[in-house]
Amino acid sequence: MTALAWLVPIALFLGALGLAGFLWALKSGQYEDLDGAGWRALDDSAEQTLPTRDETKNPPGLP
Amino acid sequence: MAHALNLDIAAPIAPTAGAAPVHEVVLVVDNMHCGNCMRTVEQALERLPHVESARVNLSAKRVSIRTRGAASAIEPFIVTLADKGFQAKPLVEAAAQRTGMFDANLLRRLGVAGFAAANIMLMSVAVWSGHAGDMPASLQTLFHWLSALIAVPAIAYAGTPFFASARQALAAGRLNMDVPISLGVLLATAMSLFQTVRGSEQVYFDAAVTLLFFLLAGRGLDQAMRARAASAAENLLGRRASTATAKFADGSIRPVDVSAIVPGMRLVVAAGDELPVDGRLVAGGASLDEGIITGESKPRQVGVSDIVHAGTIALSGPFEIEAIAVADNSLLREIARLMQTAEQARGRYVRLADRAARLYAPMVHILGAATFIWWLLAGAGWEAALTSAIAVLIITCPCALALAVPAVQVVATSRLFRNGIVLKTADALERLAEIDTVVLDKTGTLTLGRPELLETAAITDADLACAAGLAVQSRHPYAKAIVGAAQRRDVKSRVPEDVIEHAGAGLEGHSGGDAVRLGSAMFCDAVDRDTDRAPLWFRCGNQPAVALPMTDQLRSDASATIRALQANGYAIEILSGDNAQEVSTAARTTGIAQWLAAQRPEQKIARIDALQSAGHRVLMVGDGLNDAPALSAGHASLSPSTATDISQMAADAVFQGERLAPIVTSLAIAKMARRRSLQNFAIALGYNVLFVPLAMAGHVTPLIAAVAMSASSIAVTLNALRMSIKTQEVPS
Repeated sequence: MTALAWLVPIALFLGALGLAGFLWALKSGQYEDLDGAGWRALDDSAEQTLPTRDETKNPPGLP
Repeated sequence: MAHALNLDIAAPIAPTAGAAPVHEVVLVVDNMHCGNCMRTVEQALERLPHVESARVNLSAKRVSIRTRGAASAIEPFIVTLADKGFQAKPLVEAAAQRTGMFDANLLRRLGVAGFAAANIMLMSVAVWSGHAGDMPASLQTLFHWLSALIAVPAIAYAGTPFFASARQALAAGRLNMDVPISLGVLLATAMSLFQTVRGSEQVYFDAAVTLLFFLLAGRGLDQAMRARAASAAENLLGRRASTATAKFADGSIRPVDVSAIVPGMRLVVAAGDELPVDGRLVAGGASLDEGIITGESKPRQVGVSDIVHAGTIALSGPFEIEAIAVADNSLLREIARLMQTAEQARGRYVRLADRAARLYAPMVHILGAATFIWWLLAGAGWEAALTSAIAVLIITCPCALALAVPAVQVVATSRLFRNGIVLKTADALERLAEIDTVVLDKTGTLTLGRPELLETAAITDADLACAAGLAVQSRHPYAKAIVGAAQRRDVKSRVPEDVIEHAGAGLEGHSGGDAVRLGSAMFCDAVDRDTDRAPLWFRCGNQPAVALPMTDQLRSDASATIRALQANGYAIEILSGDNAQEVSTAARTTGIAQWLAAQRPEQKIARIDALQSAGHRVLMVGDGLNDAPALSAGHASLSPSTATDISQMAADAVFQGERLAPIVTSLAIAKMARRRSLQNFAIALGYNVLFVPLAMAGHVTPLIAAVAMSASSIAVTLNALRMSIKTQEVPS
């Protein structure tokens, strides 16, 4: 039964982690455009917010 | 008017010290459909100077542009997007606030309720299995206390929308669905706290929290549908013309805001412009498309001192008018006023779930109270009596009403959306399901609303080639029809020299030494001046004038759609502002027996009211400005996306494309949604019939309550989702 002393807090902590993740996603506007988000995930063009790829080491089109 | 155009609705956003202030502009871009459109729009805008960032919201069909520096006019953005093939328009300022489809506040509460429900269930399952095993009472009490620690704050936070709504209803002396919900949740929580302190087994924390979770999910779906409809309606509002070109006393010509126009002001109208206010023509002659107001398919010729109306479209120009009314006082506003009056009747519509709730809420209270009193009388003590009463409240909690109907409606709305039908009001779906009579406008609804040349043998290729050469110079719909006919015949147009336009009469040019004329019968000196036979004539040199008869083509599937509607048992009627001859031809071709021609907007409303007071539920389908009041008067209304702005605003739903089939599709989907909702009520009712007697008898333990509640909620949701899978039921 002593296992419960740490299992219950861990369960609650993991649940709270999920909740915090959801609230963060909500706050950062990820639920505002569900249709658009699906397309953005497929967009290959480099966005300004992302670091640009090092073209010399990894030229486009070559694995 | 310091700015070029008074369209800069940019609002400054928290200017940071040192840096130039950032402004944000929101544009509506209706024809964005995919990731490519999204990227094209964003990249095109971000290449412009001053633009900091542009972000598309594909669900809302809007793009929000951040600019640095002075608030710039939005014209460059609209022009840039037009170059890429996107029609952008400013959003009315008040609408720019909300962007997301979901209400973040509701979603946060849903998240908290979900977290609490999952964790409490984790402990409840342990306790329930402990009943069969060897769980010591002390551990059970510990789990109950832990559940209480999670449940009480979670319920206090997640239940607020229900408690607030219930309090409002009670304060107004009404009962709504939130009253039994709040009562059930609060009583169950209080009772469970009491039992936890006493170390008893009857603890309902999990039921109370799970209930809130399901109910919040239902409310979230309902809100999402309303938000989608509201956003579609706001996107339409953005289209109103807001500037006009004024000619001042000193001869200067400057743009002015429509709201700044005063009677007596001189306005210059160019071909293709929509007239901003009612006025009197003071210089030039013009031909006006008044179809928007009268439904008449033929353009009207106006001369000096004729009265012209706001909302009509100038087909030739430029010409000058003197405003005789302010924008708020024009015919357009009169139509808007008619619409508002007609709309009030519809505002009284009570949604299906609300109607069910009116019956359901008192019944739940009576059952709960009866159970409590019965057990007290039977001498069971107040604790046992209250526990049974709470079990009744939990079991009867309206998950089916609160979750299943919104779920059905969201699925149905997205199916309509996939078929090119955009719902603008949340309860339109339910009203569409009740329709038994369909009333259609003719011009622009049954027909394409643009004239086409009626081919005759008398029109030779050579004449058509020359006529088309003249016609390309004009924006008149008849001229466009001639150009279109030449393309269909594959005749290369021969452009005459020195073409001049005689206002209100026609076009003249020279070809191979002969004078060529395209215009009215008088202008072309036609031998038989039977203008009814053809509105447009062509004359080459000394040859006799050739008649160019016009017809307004029916939409390609008009007859098929009418047949499908008739086969489904709908009564069909045409209500048109056009003349009897045109309307009877259209009615005969499509197989509609009942038609009324030359109807003014008031007469259209009167006819629809007469039908509705005879017990019919009328679906009005129309596109013109003259249809707008009738669209508001109908039990439900549809308009094609080619309709005038005001009609699209009045209609419950707008359908895209050149086909009329969306009428059949939307009626079928609405009926299917209604059938599903009723099925879900039946499922919920069946579950209540099964468990309420058990609860009243005091046999519902927290475990049974949890299982029954989740099972019924999942059953109704699955039944709703079934609608998105089955496609064969609806023609599209």
